[in-house]
Amino acid sequence: MSEIAAPVRRHVDPRLAALRRVAIVPAYNEEESVGGVIDEIRGFDPDFEVVVVDDGSLDRTAEIAADKGARVLRLPFNLGIGSAVQTGFRFAFENGYELAVRVDGDGQHDAAQLAALVSPLLAGEADIAVGSRFAADAGYRSSRSRRMGIRILAGAVSALVRQRVTDPTSGFQALNRHAIALFAADYPHDYPEAEATVMLAKHRLRWCEVPVEMRERQAGQSSIGALAAVYYMVKVLIAIFIALFRRNPEVRS
Amino acid sequence: MTPLGVSILAAVASLALLGVVLELIRSRRLRERYALLWLLTGVVLLVLSLWRSSVNTIAGWIGIETYPPAVLFAVGTLFIVLVLLHYSTVISKLADQNTVLAQKLALLEEQLSQRDRA
Repeated sequence: MSEIAAPVRRHVDPRLAALRRVAIVPAYNEEESVGGVIDEIRGFDPDFEVVVVDDGSLDRTAEIAADKGARVLRLPFNLGIGSAVQTGFRFAFENGYELAVRVDGDGQHDAAQLAALVSPLLAGEADIAVGSRFAADAGYRSSRSRRMGIRILAGAVSALVRQRVTDPTSGFQALNRHAIALFAADYPHDYPEAEATVMLAKHRLRWCEVPVEMRERQAGQSSIGALAAVYYMVKVLIAIFIALFRRNPEVRS
Repeated sequence: MTPLGVSILAAVASLALLGVVLELIRSRRLRERYALLWLLTGVVLLVLSLWRSSVNTIAGWIGIETYPPAVLFAVGTLFIVLVLLHYSTVISKLADQNTVLAQKLALLEEQLSQRDRA
């Protein structure tokens, strides 16, 4: 006699269960971690539609994601994180999803913390919630130069949006329909989160930070090296200042 | 010494370049990624034209004795060559990607028509 273990269903907030919800997982050469990420999201809430955006991976990322039953958007070549994530937002927008979370395919975002991340949205207090490593003393270890870079960016973004931003490069985010619509219409290209925060402020969407812990990368390589970091700092700083003056895009709702 | 008129003209021209590039980014006709080299060009030329003794110093290094402002032309030319080279690599990448897109599209159309027939 075989016994099938009943799936462990954690309690899902009824306000969350009432929404059409999607988890967007950008992944570039993450065959070692993407399967675990999908399992963790399902472990938090099995009814999340999981959409993996494979940003031109050369390894088995797309196959593994498809085997796990995720929907896979396979980009024909590497577009960079901004355009990859926006592909997910477009999918969410076109398919009428009311809530989207972004969980990176490298495994650094812990899906168990999605409950905290979505709660400001469920309470109607924010249009987008961003997980911050530094909002509380979560003890995230990182190289000194990277922390320095993040601090400079955080200072610039905080001043521009007149709100305290502690982790301007965090990609661990939850968005409601308004934010999905904006990002589907317009999203920055290379290292997009800081500039996107300025865009949100210009569109008067409500933004908040939620303290989270993040893990060190499980596998693969970080997409940013030391010299490239300086280049992107300059680029992102120019971009966020220009974003302030830039014409707003037309957003369908 | 560089004639004052040349310095003023060079400064105005580099300011105009910076202004046009920034406006193109603002109005979304130019991505930051492709504007950085132009911005650098504008800033370097602006510095050289405002900081007038620097042009003489550089002219001394490379042995230009008769007409120091030639340094401005040389630096300007160097940056234009850099920008053009950068654009050549960008166009090559675009052409490659365009090929991939066309091929994918052909494969998808074929798949769709097979499915319609079934």
